[in-house]
Amino acid sequence: MQLVRAHILVCGGTECTSSGSKQVQDALAKELEKHKLDKEVKIVETDCHDGFCEMGPLVIVYPEGTFYVRVKAEDVPEIVEEHLLKGRIVSRLLYKAPATEEQIPGYKETDFYKKQQRVALRNCGIINPEVIQEYIARDGYGSLEKVLFEMTPEQVIDEIKRSGLRGRGGGGFPTGMKWEFCRRSPGDMKYIICNADEGDPGAFMDRSVLEGDPHSVIEGMAIGAYAIGAREGYIYCRAEYPLAIKRLKIAIAQAEELGLLGENILGSGFSFDLHIKEGAGAFVCGEETALMASIEGRRGMPRVRPPFPAQSGLWGKPSNINNVETFANVPVIIKRGAEWFASMGTEKSKGTKVFALTGKVNNTGLVEVPMGITLREIIFDIGGGIVGGKKFKGVQIGGPSGGCIPAQLIDTPVDYESLIAAGAMMGSGGLVVMDETTCMVDLARFFLNFTQSESCGKCTPCREGTKRMLEILTRICNGEGVPEDIETLERLGRVIKNTALCGLGNTAPNPVLSTLRYFRHEYEAHIFEKRCPAHVCTALLVYSIDEEKCTGCGRCLRACPAGAITGEKKEPHKIDPEKCIKCGSCFDVCKQGAIIRL
Amino acid sequence: MKLTSREDLKKLREETKALVAARSAEETKIIVGMGTCGIAAGAGEVMNAILEELNKRNIKATVTQTGCIGMCEKEPLVDVQRPGGNRFTYGKVKPSDVPRIISGHVLHGNIVEDLVVARFEEV
Amino acid sequence: MALVTVTIDGQKIVVEEGTTILDAAQKLGIKIPTLCYLKDINEIGACRICVVEVKGARTFMPACVTKVTEGMEVRTNTPAVIEARKVVLELILANHPMECLTCVRNQNCELQKLAEQFGIKEVRYEGAKREYPIDDSSPAIIRDPRKCVLCQRCIAVCSNIQTVDALTDQKRGFDTLIAPAFNEKLANMECVQCGQCSLVCPTAAIQEVDDTDKVWAALADPKKYVVVQTAPATRVQLGETMGMAPGSIVTGKMVAGLRRLGFDKVFDTDFTADLTIVEEGNELLQRIKSGGVLPMITSCCPGWIKFVEHFYPDLLPHVSTCKSPQQMFGAMAKTYYAQKEGIDPGDIFVVSIMPCTAKKFECQRPEMKSSGYQDVDVALTSRELGRMFKQANISVAEMPEEEYDAPLGISTGAGAIFGASGGVMEAALRTVYEVVTGKELENINFVECRGLTGVKEATVQVGDMPVKIAIAHGLGNARKVLDKVRAGEADYHFIEIMACPGGCIGGGGSPIPTDTEVRLKRIDATYTVDERMVLRKSHDNPAVKALYEEFLEKPLGHKSHELLHTHYTPRGICE
Repeated sequence: MQLVRAHILVCGGTECTSSGSKQVQDALAKELEKHKLDKEVKIVETDCHDGFCEMGPLVIVYPEGTFYVRVKAEDVPEIVEEHLLKGRIVSRLLYKAPATEEQIPGYKETDFYKKQQRVALRNCGIINPEVIQEYIARDGYGSLEKVLFEMTPEQVIDEIKRSGLRGRGGGGFPTGMKWEFCRRSPGDMKYIICNADEGDPGAFMDRSVLEGDPHSVIEGMAIGAYAIGAREGYIYCRAEYPLAIKRLKIAIAQAEELGLLGENILGSGFSFDLHIKEGAGAFVCGEETALMASIEGRRGMPRVRPPFPAQSGLWGKPSNINNVETFANVPVIIKRGAEWFASMGTEKSKGTKVFALTGKVNNTGLVEVPMGITLREIIFDIGGGIVGGKKFKGVQIGGPSGGCIPAQLIDTPVDYESLIAAGAMMGSGGLVVMDETTCMVDLARFFLNFTQSESCGKCTPCREGTKRMLEILTRICNGEGVPEDIETLERLGRVIKNTALCGLGNTAPNPVLSTLRYFRHEYEAHIFEKRCPAHVCTALLVYSIDEEKCTGCGRCLRACPAGAITGEKKEPHKIDPEKCIKCGSCFDVCKQGAIIRL
Repeated sequence: MKLTSREDLKKLREETKALVAARSAEETKIIVGMGTCGIAAGAGEVMNAILEELNKRNIKATVTQTGCIGMCEKEPLVDVQRPGGNRFTYGKVKPSDVPRIISGHVLHGNIVEDLVVARFEEV
Repeated sequence: MALVTVTIDGQKIVVEEGTTILDAAQKLGIKIPTLCYLKDINEIGACRICVVEVKGARTFMPACVTKVTEGMEVRTNTPAVIEARKVVLELILANHPMECLTCVRNQNCELQKLAEQFGIKEVRYEGAKREYPIDDSSPAIIRDPRKCVLCQRCIAVCSNIQTVDALTDQKRGFDTLIAPAFNEKLANMECVQCGQCSLVCPTAAIQEVDDTDKVWAALADPKKYVVVQTAPATRVQLGETMGMAPGSIVTGKMVAGLRRLGFDKVFDTDFTADLTIVEEGNELLQRIKSGGVLPMITSCCPGWIKFVEHFYPDLLPHVSTCKSPQQMFGAMAKTYYAQKEGIDPGDIFVVSIMPCTAKKFECQRPEMKSSGYQDVDVALTSRELGRMFKQANISVAEMPEEEYDAPLGISTGAGAIFGASGGVMEAALRTVYEVVTGKELENINFVECRGLTGVKEATVQVGDMPVKIAIAHGLGNARKVLDKVRAGEADYHFIEIMACPGGCIGGGGSPIPTDTEVRLKRIDATYTVDERMVLRKSHDNPAVKALYEEFLEKPLGHKSHELLHTHYTPRGICE
């Protein structure tokens, strides 16, 4: 037997083979031969080193017993040259012991969850929403059981009132009071309705709750029904949420099967039937009177209030409408008590609020935070700050009805009153973070375009007024703004706010009014200087080339799709403004920073 | 089965709790985030890959689904919990990552560090 | 009713609970402007022209639908409110064609009036305008969505009052459109052509199809022998087209005006109304005697006929086979009268003046050609005749009183009351009573038939026979009666149905405005016309008697069957 100075073990287990151990073996043989080491070093194919498969292909070099993991064929020359020839271990390929369980941080230790407090989302991401037993195992339907056997409807209402729970759909009306109005409204037939017509751009709180924990909403509704004296309920969910609808249907069927919905629930004498009504996707159907019209099969258009739904709602009967998140809070309040719930949040805004955190923030997602937390904490602590380390400019909160809060107000506490004072509103919980590359005029235009095309068309100010505002904003973005535009926008905004028929119309000008309040200089730059400070409004951009910096490399010339750039090689290039289509391709490819964008 | 009294509900709750406890002491649980955010990020494919891999290796584990936990940006999220152990969350899981998670974590208890997000706990 | 005290513009007033701010202000002499509001019909607070400031309210409130509450403090004319109203109006105007000088509603337009009242000097919001094509598919109604202010009055009247639902809102935002479902053509819908929408439209977005040019052309054609018939209701409403007070009776003046326009003969639909009573009364008696289909329902109203063909085709056997008076007139003019006067019926051009848009549809029905020609050539609305008079320098108020031509202009009071809801029933009862009993009726006023109650029911003793009757006006009310008939719960003998609220005096071709107050005045005038007539029972009409003697032979005879009776088309609901 010939003596060898080293053995190289290459794993030939299925796992390693499939991840390329054969190629490694071949490469080794070739490389050893090349360095004339094939006589000194022997390659041995081994069986599976059970337990390390996910790290394969494995290569072990003896006599040292160096354990290389995830070796690829291209790593082989380095192993041969460094390890076998020079005796230096290739440390980047070394096996590292896996972290122990204790070394992995828990959710509460992560920035994302550290400041969160999950009440409405307590089961989301934890239970299987399609298995009612998992909900029950976590004390689900225990609160319904408690109210049915231990509480009068008045006591339930009192509990909710004392908890300080306010509507999570936007308006922030105290839930207990709403229930009380409906309870006191005369009538033997009453309805309880869940508004799941989440329509704000960028908002998906309700969808997540319905998909992740439908039973908490169902239980909340059943408790509400008991409190107001209803025996029938509707969940109005937009048809664009097929998964939510599917899970709701499963959940309702399972609850019915167990007798947690239907006749004589748990033998208590209380009966409650729940139906799903799919909305056709009109934003305005989130407005409660429009929503009820839609359930009745009519065009979803708001009507004048009063009468309020509590007096005359669905089919003219006293009705109570709350949104998904509001209902999801109810079972917890009943279970843990009004005092516990009221201990979270601020004086007037109790409990927690779920936000859909989106935009230019690192950790986008769904967060539930105690009321009163500052925007800074949400955006920088939970959200991990701005993508790419760019400058934070502001946050759009409350969707098309909300407003923009600028960077200087980042320490505004998130509660109903503070947000309204700042010109925005809680809304349903959309939170869009903006950085320096967002043009506020363009942003206002985006929201106005949304509200205008979603206006139901019933009242003049919303139908016609938002159109004129949109036209003016479009003009400003196109560089055709005139000095009177700001005044006209303010006048229209004021009148729409004061005269529109429904809440959506009243708040439609908010994105414009709030950006005018905090970012007026951007409007002025567009109108007077024909300049878009955020470099967003294409019509206002002017591209030119800094002759000092241009090396004449030709990169921009080749990238220009319009043939607008000319110049000899190694001579400064030029942009023909007549031909330039302002696509920004030159700006993106220039390595010298010679393209000037104004 | 219809529950017709408080006691019925209580009984079902206790039974279910006991069943869940017994199962988690014996079986490995793999939970895929199957909210719309997860599915949009590819959770369906990941789920298929998991089932396929388990089948291929003849591994017994309970595969189940859950809704959105909030970290939409890290979807698809996959949680692994070995019998009696902690539950760990993996993020941005691709179907190609599945064999590593199965052989490393499910089979051998080795946490796949580059994918793990955090140790699951209730917030 | 509890009373509440409110303060409006600093003045206190005590009103009943449930009063709107608009009505309370009215009591103080404060006239808050409105546009979409139409009492009892369209109370939706959509246009926002009537907004006022209510102390403590988050936003301005619409005065038309906001009920007063105790201690409420309202300001109707603060600078902010005036600014808001003005902006709202300017926004409407910015999306309006502004073709006032060439618009049919020039000087009779609510939008125009508001612009004047608000002192609008310029529209500050120039931009896109809603552009949708004109729908002139229907023979009676023309829709111009460009002029629509989206007040929804037409939808309210069509859906809530008429229960026809031919119009609906569609699309969203700036593109919102009021049109038949899926923006289908009106002619393809269940629209019954009643024209109530044109009556309530504040602008000219819905109007009657203008057929005056056809009439001018016929009048100018020396070969044509142009005769005109005037519907019962026209004599109590035409004056309004020329500034006379609602309810002015202008029978003789209208006749004089028509003569001056150049009609060869001025006849009266009241004549064929009498004829209708004779035919229809006999049909009823025959049905009662021979066990025919009961209850029998009147057939004078073409809007109602189209309604029953669409929505209750199963009830068509209940509908009298009598043609409407307009069509009986056309048939008689081109047969009996042509023969009598020795005129080629092909040269006779029959024009009718109607308070009705549906008559335009009716005269074009293919079965309405029993004379061998189209029996009625053109049906004009009262509004169109008003326009012709204006163009011809004819001021109705200043015309002398003239008589109708004989024989087709001779009529009784029974024919005249056809114009008001219950009139056909009352006229029929006057005749049926005397035919059945052979005795003269002592009191010919059947007051139980009169008035604006939606559904009127009564039992009238005709000899030893109790006759059960029902009268419905407005198609929503008609439905209530028809549903009972359909369910077999109605034991009426005879039912009168008129499509328009109040009957023909409130017809869709009536002068604008036509509201409840105006309707009541026209109804009063109608019964005054009746009272002033010497003959007040259809069967006493000498010209009708002569018609039977000379031509028709007997009621329900062979010729009647050919010329005066018709059949219907089950149409069903458009899919």
